[in-house]
Amino acid sequence: MRAVFVQASVAAAVAAIAYFFVHNSLENLERLNVKTGFQFLARPAGFGITQHLIPYDEDSSYGRAFLVALLNTLLVSAISVVLATIIGFTVGLARLSRNWLVAKLATAYVETIRNVPLLLHLFFWYFAVLRPLPGPRQSVVFGGVAFLNNRGLYLPAPILEPGFAAIPIALLVAGLATGALVWWSRRTRLRTGRHHSVIWYAIVLLIGLPFVADVLAGFPIGWDIPRLAGFNFQGGVVVIHEFVALTVGLSIYSAAYVAEIVRAGVLAVPKGQVEAARSLGLRPGQVNRLVVVPQALRVIVPPLTSQYLNLTKNSSLAAAIAYPEIMLVFAGTVLNQTGQPFEVMTITMAVYLGLSLIISLVMNWYNRRITLKERTS
Amino acid sequence: MSAPAAAATIARPPEAARGVLAWLQQNLFASPLNTLLTLASLYLLYIMAPPLLDWGIFGASWLGSSSSDCPNRETACWVFVRARFSNIVYGSYPIAERWRADIVFAVAAAIFGLLVLPRLPGKLWIGLAALVVVPAVSSIFLAGGVFGLRSVETTLWGGLMLTLVVAVWTIVTSIPIGLLLALGRRSSYPLVRALCVAFIELWRGVPLISVLFMAAIMFPLFLPRGVEFDKLLRALVAFSLFNAAYMAEVFRGGLQAIPKGQYEAAQALGLGYWRMTGLVVLPQAIRIVIPGIVNTCIGIFKETTLVLVIGLFDFLATVQTGVSDPAWLIGDHIRVTGYFFVGLGFWVFCFGMSRYSQRLDRQLAAGKAYE
Repeated sequence: MRAVFVQASVAAAVAAIAYFFVHNSLENLERLNVKTGFQFLARPAGFGITQHLIPYDEDSSYGRAFLVALLNTLLVSAISVVLATIIGFTVGLARLSRNWLVAKLATAYVETIRNVPLLLHLFFWYFAVLRPLPGPRQSVVFGGVAFLNNRGLYLPAPILEPGFAAIPIALLVAGLATGALVWWSRRTRLRTGRHHSVIWYAIVLLIGLPFVADVLAGFPIGWDIPRLAGFNFQGGVVVIHEFVALTVGLSIYSAAYVAEIVRAGVLAVPKGQVEAARSLGLRPGQVNRLVVVPQALRVIVPPLTSQYLNLTKNSSLAAAIAYPEIMLVFAGTVLNQTGQPFEVMTITMAVYLGLSLIISLVMNWYNRRITLKERTS
Repeated sequence: MSAPAAAATIARPPEAARGVLAWLQQNLFASPLNTLLTLASLYLLYIMAPPLLDWGIFGASWLGSSSSDCPNRETACWVFVRARFSNIVYGSYPIAERWRADIVFAVAAAIFGLLVLPRLPGKLWIGLAALVVVPAVSSIFLAGGVFGLRSVETTLWGGLMLTLVVAVWTIVTSIPIGLLLALGRRSSYPLVRALCVAFIELWRGVPLISVLFMAAIMFPLFLPRGVEFDKLLRALVAFSLFNAAYMAEVFRGGLQAIPKGQYEAAQALGLGYWRMTGLVVLPQAIRIVIPGIVNTCIGIFKETTLVLVIGLFDFLATVQTGVSDPAWLIGDHIRVTGYFFVGLGFWVFCFGMSRYSQRLDRQLAAGKAYE
C-alpha cells in the first residue's frame, strides 16, 4: 500500500514537472515562430568547416555538416585514446620503477598534470605554444619530413600507386598466419604443457611479408613530402593547430589518469602471486606476461573504460579553442543559424550518449573475456 | 673487517646494504638498464629545470606596473599578475564593495583552517555549518540588496571569487542530491529506481559543456514567458545536477560495500527505512566514500573553468581577457605567465585537497584498525 502511494506520488510529481516544461517550451516555440522537426537537416548550411574528412563545402547540407563534425570528434578521440594509453602506461609503470629518480619524475608528472584544469592545458597548447609559432620559412622541422609553423602541421602524405593493394593484403595474410600460430601454440601448451614461443615468427611474418609484397609490387606507395615553395608549403597533408592542440592536451591530461589506473592495477596483484610464479621457475618476462599482467588487467579495464569515456566527452572542450567538432559546429553554429534548439541539442546529446554506450559495451565485452573464471557455487 | 670471523657472535649486516652509497647503488644504479634510466632522467632534469627556474624566478620581471616593465620576452612577467591581481581575484565586483568579498574569503579560510586541524571538539557541527549556513549567508552577503547592502548583480562577479562561489555551491548542493539519488537507485520501488538510474546515466553520458549550453540557451525556453533566471544561477543548477549524478555513483559504491547483515540486523532491531539508513548504513558508508567525494570535488573545482564558454568570467577567464588586453599585447611571455599563474592557483587548491583526502583516508584506516 505504501509502495503504491509513494510511487504514485513520485510519478505524479515527475509528470507535473515534465508537463510544465513541455507546455512552456511549446508555447515559447509558437511565440518565436519556430517550426519543430528535422527537415532543417536537408537545407544548405552555408558555412565552411576548416577540417573535413569527407567532401564538404558551403553548399552542403546541415546533415552533412553534422557528419563532418561527428567524424572530427571521433578522429580526435580515437587518436587521443591511443596516445593517452601509451603515455599513461609508460608513466604508470615508471612510477612503480625501482629506480628512485624515474619513479619521482613520473609522480611529478601525474601530480602536476592532473591538478590543473583541462581547459588550461588546451589554452596553453593552443594560444601559448602553437599560435605564436614562426612563419613557414622558420618552421620547426621534424626529421626533414614534418614541419610545424604558424599555418599548421605539415606531414608527409602517402601516394598510392596501382598495385598498392598487395601490401594491405600481405599484412592481412600475415595477421591471419600469426593468429593461427598463436592458436596452435596455445593449444599445444594446454595439451602437452610444452611452450613454443611464437613471438619471433610473428615479428618476421608481420614485418617481412608486407616488405616482400612491397618489393614484388615495385614499391607502390610513395610519400608526398611537404616542401617550401615561395611563402608556404606545397604537398603533404596539413593538420590544423586546433587538432594538434586538442590531441596533445587531451592525451597528456588523460595520460595522468591512465597512469594512476595502471599503477593501482599492478599494485593490486598480491605479492604472493609473483613469488609463487618465481618459485615455479618462470623467468621474469614470463612472470609479468603470464601472472602479473592478466591479473592487473582485470583491475585496470573497468576504470580505464570510464577514462576513455571521459576523454571522449572532454573532446567537447574543443569548442573553446574552435576545433570543428560536434559541440562547436552543431550545438554552436548550426543551432544559432537554424534556431532549432530542441532538435539540435537532442541530436548532440544522443551522439554522446550513443558513444558512451558503444564504448562501455565494447569494454564490457572485453572485460567479461578477461575476468576471473571462478567456481559458481 | 680485521676481526676474526669466529669472534663475531652476531653477524653485522653486509656493508653494501647501508649508507648513502648503498642507497644510490640500489635505487639508481642497480643494473646497466637502471643506470641508463638514471642518466636519462638526470639529463631530462638538466635540460628542463634550470631554464624553468630562470624563466620563472631568476630572470623574471618582478617590479613595475605596466607592460613596459617586462622587456625580456624570454622570461616570466610577474608584473602582469601584480597589475591585474585585483581583477583576477574579484572580477568586475565594484571596488567599493570588495570588503564583502574579503570577509567571505576570511571566513572560508578560517573554516578550512579549523577543518584541517587534526582534533577539534564539534568538528562535525562546524563542518555541517560550513556546508550549509556559510555558503547561503555568503551568497546573500555578496549579492546584497538586503540589510542596507548595495545590490551587486551577478554579472559583475568574477575572478577567483566566482570560481570559489561556483565550486562551493556545486559541492554543497551535489552531495545531498547525489546521496538521495544513490539511495533511490537502491530503492525497492521499481519506479523510483528506474527514474534515478535514468537521471544518473543521462547526466553521466553527456559532456558538461553541453549541459551548460542547455542551461544558457534552452533553459529560458522551459520557463513561462517573462520568468527569467540569473545566468549564474542557471549555470549553478547545471553544475549541481550534473555533478550530483557523479556523487550518486560515489555514494553507490559506499552503500554497496556495507554487508547485507548490517541491514538485516537493523531491521531485526525494528528500525524503519530512514532510521536504518541514517543510524546504521550511512555512518559506515560515509567513511568509505570520503576519498571518492574529495576526488569528485577536485574534479568540480577544475570544471568550474568551463563557465567561460557561457560568458561568465572566472579565474581562468579573467586572465584570458587580461592577456588579450591591448595594453599587454607585447609578447607571448605575458600570456604564458598568466597561464602559469592560473595553473599554479588551481594546482595549490587541487593538490591540497588530494593531500587532505589522503590524510583522511589514513586516519579512517587507522580508526578501523582499533575497532
